[in-house]
Amino acid sequence: MEIIFDVMGSTLIAELFGELDHHAAEKVRERIDEALDSHGSCSLVFDFSGVTFMDSSGIGMVLGRYRKMSEAGDRIAIVSCSKTIRNILNMAGIFSVIDYFDTREEAVAVLGRKEVS
Amino acid sequence: MKRELKVQLAGVLENQALARSIAAAYAAELDPTIDELTEIKTAVSEAFSNAALHGYGGEKDEDGKIAQVQRPVFMEFSLIAPQTIMIRITDKGRGIEDIAKAMEPMFTTDVGQNRSGMGFTVMESFTDKLKVDSRPGEGTTVTMIKKLDTYYGF
Repeated sequence: MEIIFDVMGSTLIAELFGELDHHAAEKVRERIDEALDSHGSCSLVFDFSGVTFMDSSGIGMVLGRYRKMSEAGDRIAIVSCSKTIRNILNMAGIFSVIDYFDTREEAVAVLGRKEVS
Repeated sequence: MKRELKVQLAGVLENQALARSIAAAYAAELDPTIDELTEIKTAVSEAFSNAALHGYGGEKDEDGKIAQVQRPVFMEFSLIAPQTIMIRITDKGRGIEDIAKAMEPMFTTDVGQNRSGMGFTVMESFTDKLKVDSRPGEGTTVTMIKKLDTYYGF
């Protein structure tokens, strides 16, 4: 699993590539937490467009980041995941607490706007 | 039984990708749809990671010290009816005390808040039948049945 980080304003975008399972999730988690700390970002966007496989470890990884970020009042969003991945995330009701967007631009616009207000 | 496949893997998370690739290879010949193939891979991935993480405690195998014989995971695939696959994944680990509780959505033993407790829910939703047999101290067997859509050959 590869991650490419991108920073837009105060938002950190983590674009994931490859297969996300329990083995990979541990490293992804560490790297995202490191990146969040070093950029001091106050919102996080997961871009799932390059993820070819995901099991329930993805739910844990996203929820774990959500819990961590929301404690500090920070926000998190998910963009562009396949039907199956959306299906798995939906099983845990993730989209009732985390916003979903089709593109990262939309996500960044919405997350950025809410910070100001 | 026709087309039976038995595999033994070391129950370490490093083997999770291999486990689901084997499942995909077994199912591929039956002309599954892409969705069906993904569902089989995901369900097997969940069952295997349960065996490695919970059955055997999830220690890492960084230097290859954990021998396969110490923590074997057995995977059996068979065709029990046309287009119907039975997958059985067995570990000889610590077993589950309360199976019903373990199968509840969002139930997790994880205290670090990084696991979802959705493994069995995913297996249940992606297969047609799921059965869990377990005895504390002896191990766990997860049996899944997946029916594929019939391919009519045109």
